[in-house]
Amino acid sequence: MKAIYNRLFGGTTGVVQLGILAAILMIVLPLSLDIFRLNLVGKYLTYAFVALGLVLLWGKAGVLSLGQGVFFGLGGYCMAMFLKLEASDPISTKIQSTPGIPDFMDWNQITQLPAFWMPFKSLPFTLLAVVVVPSIVAFVLGVAMFKRRVGGVYFAIITQALALILSLAIDGNQGYTGGRNGITDLRTLLGWDIRSSHAQYLLYFTTCGLLVLAIVLSQWMLSGKLGKMLLAMRDREDRVRFSGYDVSMFKVFTFCFAAALSGVGGALFVLQVGFISPSLVGIVPSIEMVIFAAVGGRVSLLGAVYGTLLVNTGKSLFSENFPQLWLFAMGGLFIAVVVLFPNGLAGVVELIRKKVSPFLKNLRTSSTLPTSGSTPLPSPDKP
Amino acid sequence: MNAKTDFLLYIEDLGVSFDGFKAVDGLNLYVERNELRVIIGPNGAGKTTVLDMICGKTQPTQGSIRFKDRELVGMAEHQIVRSGVGRKFQTPSIYENLTVFENLEVSYPKGRSVFGSLAFRTTPEVVERIHQVAEQIFLKEALDLEGAFLSHGQKQWLEIGMLLMQEPELLMLDEPVAGMSAPEREKTAELLNRIRKGRSIIIIEHDMEFVSRIADTVTVLHLGKILAEGSMQEIQHNPNVIEVYLGH
Amino acid sequence: MQSFAGFSLFSVLLLMALGLAIIFGQMGVVNLAHGEFMALGAYTVYLSSTVVHTYLPALAPYYFVIAIVIAFLVAGLTGWLVEWSLIRFLYKRPLDTLLATWGLSLIMQQSFRSIFGAREVTPTLPEWLMGSFKPSESIDIPINGVFVMGLTLALTLGIWLFMYRSRIGLQMRATVQNRVMSGAAGINTRLVDRFTFSLGCGIAGVAGAAFTTIGSTGPDSGSRYIVDTFLVVVFGGTASLMGTIASAFGIAQGQSILEFFLKGTMGKVAVLMVIVLVLMIRPQGLFASKIRS
Repeated sequence: MKAIYNRLFGGTTGVVQLGILAAILMIVLPLSLDIFRLNLVGKYLTYAFVALGLVLLWGKAGVLSLGQGVFFGLGGYCMAMFLKLEASDPISTKIQSTPGIPDFMDWNQITQLPAFWMPFKSLPFTLLAVVVVPSIVAFVLGVAMFKRRVGGVYFAIITQALALILSLAIDGNQGYTGGRNGITDLRTLLGWDIRSSHAQYLLYFTTCGLLVLAIVLSQWMLSGKLGKMLLAMRDREDRVRFSGYDVSMFKVFTFCFAAALSGVGGALFVLQVGFISPSLVGIVPSIEMVIFAAVGGRVSLLGAVYGTLLVNTGKSLFSENFPQLWLFAMGGLFIAVVVLFPNGLAGVVELIRKKVSPFLKNLRTSSTLPTSGSTPLPSPDKP
Repeated sequence: MNAKTDFLLYIEDLGVSFDGFKAVDGLNLYVERNELRVIIGPNGAGKTTVLDMICGKTQPTQGSIRFKDRELVGMAEHQIVRSGVGRKFQTPSIYENLTVFENLEVSYPKGRSVFGSLAFRTTPEVVERIHQVAEQIFLKEALDLEGAFLSHGQKQWLEIGMLLMQEPELLMLDEPVAGMSAPEREKTAELLNRIRKGRSIIIIEHDMEFVSRIADTVTVLHLGKILAEGSMQEIQHNPNVIEVYLGH
Repeated sequence: MQSFAGFSLFSVLLLMALGLAIIFGQMGVVNLAHGEFMALGAYTVYLSSTVVHTYLPALAPYYFVIAIVIAFLVAGLTGWLVEWSLIRFLYKRPLDTLLATWGLSLIMQQSFRSIFGAREVTPTLPEWLMGSFKPSESIDIPINGVFVMGLTLALTLGIWLFMYRSRIGLQMRATVQNRVMSGAAGINTRLVDRFTFSLGCGIAGVAGAAFTTIGSTGPDSGSRYIVDTFLVVVFGGTASLMGTIASAFGIAQGQSILEFFLKGTMGKVAVLMVIVLVLMIRPQGLFASKIRS
């Protein structure tokens, strides 16, 4: 029992940290923000799924993908296709020349629903596809590249090209995908109005819940042998290979898992924001998601969530007040996080702890007066 | 052609060339069960390249390597390891960020697939085995130390220990005593004589004194070809070998 | 006509790729701001054009040639500055150079936007660059295309001579092969790095000058070429000059021809897909030589 608890939550410290995050997300923010702002936070949290995947893939397995937007997009488009079909019932689309198909198809003189849209009439299929489609794509790409030992810069460049390819391909096939505008006007899920504030609250909490679940699952994976193998692979890949492990499959698995997480994020994005478009798939969002993980500290699961929230809050504050400065700030952030804070927020927290905890210890042991009850930071020496 | 066919390792006509340069050329090598074979030779003779080809790191351009009657050429590295071949590298290659215990643990031959590793649990049986090996490689006291804090000699032993965890039938060690102090060499010879029971070992080594203490058979490689083969006694008196080592 | 559009694209891609191949192939630095150095070159030409036409109209017919040199110098000096202030802290961390230079590219793009505005600008090209040859009724060869092509070929030859026939080129190649040894042999490897980076950026500046003859320049003009350029370099095999030329040619022609037959962006999608597929099968690129491990 104890072992399972340790593996899932990373011991007492892990539980406390996860508890703090959950409390911030599910109690503090909902009580202090109006639904419009909370919905924004919910949107950012869907990016945190991608950042979480990047911590595993980049931070732990050492493989940087600049194409995670592809998987976010695949998950999002799967969800959007279902919602669009629901929104395009024959009655609400009766003014079209072909009622019952999505409006953008009608505009593009398509008279019959394309075959690959058909299965997305089913919600169970859609929910499955949200996870499975990104995983399959990642599996094929991963096997092709990791078996041939493509890694490092080459993997980054190829995945970046994939992000470009997918966004251009969606853009170029308006009749089938909605083109540049994306899939819009998504209103209901099985007749339930997803734009009502009641629904938005529920979706927000669903997102938080799934995110915490994803963190616990990742924590569980990393705490066992798999985590040690990833660490060993970054250290001495050859030694791992000559200890009888198929290194490429470990990378493929991590890539697939990160892709599946991104897909879930994409689907939750669509549910909360009500649309998806190729601009969320391409090069720019994909690399921005890397910076969310980097700000959090690359190797810290919780850091990825904080990093995502921080950068996106900064982004919306900047673009509301000084839109022209935003790119300067973002560019500066990329440079600063690489040159000055390679360990991100997690590194800064660690530094503060190291500086503060001996100081606290000194206070506790040397001072004759008992320090009054509150200790601001948990000491790392006490696990 | 050799009439005997029950060798553990059976290498015939092995060769590899890098952009026209033949690093190993038409090599025949037969290793018996329970044999301890030492390969010596001057720098650039192709010793490490031969080990690289046996364990799949380098693909040969010609020839065949049969281990327990299975062709190794063309097999992936991890499959070769799983069939019972262990390889130690020239520079100690351990996981610096893991403890000695964890180094040995990840070398335990269970849970080698992705999902196997997710389900893997460190059972008392595994712990028992780790302690056993740690005892053998003189690192029982250092189990909780991170790899990075070990001395050079201890790292060499740890890597040998990681191979022992896999219980290989063929163990290949590339310069196991390089950079070791005299007492450490002493202990390593002792270790090798203990672990050679029940398996074959191929060692590349330069230290002749050390070689004479452990070897059954010595193979001398020169310019990618076999120059001589036999007991240490025979080798030391072979005129060709003397020529290569002292001639120039 | 379509094939000639391919030639102009080839020129720009090749110049971009040459600069990038020097930086990536020689130094292992992934410069995602390379496109912005191209845009910097293009804006320099635009600025020169404005200055000349306002203050020195007499020079108008000749300014373009000088502007190319200025574009090279401006981009090169900026590169020098960037290497000094940023890149030199990141050697041996290629993935980090990638993220940092992406940040740099955002800053440069926004600077262009703040200085030149969001709208695309076009320099006034001299008369002699306009118009076209008409060797026969049906064939129509634009002069600017020929000029850019000539410029590209001359520069490629120049780079080859520089890299393989000059002393500093030798030092650059030596530094790539063995940094420690080169340092021990008395080569100032830090200076060589800085020089290599700024040379690559300077060539991107010339690519920008060439670009002004086939399109108008906006803040994000450079970023539109960056992925293509990287694919050209990787596809050709990073260390091979001939490979870079061949892959720039193939990719540019393929893209122009397919764009003619397939609607919208699908031509580009098809070309990119082919490149990515080939790279998955042959990750070392098409022209890489076999390396001894």
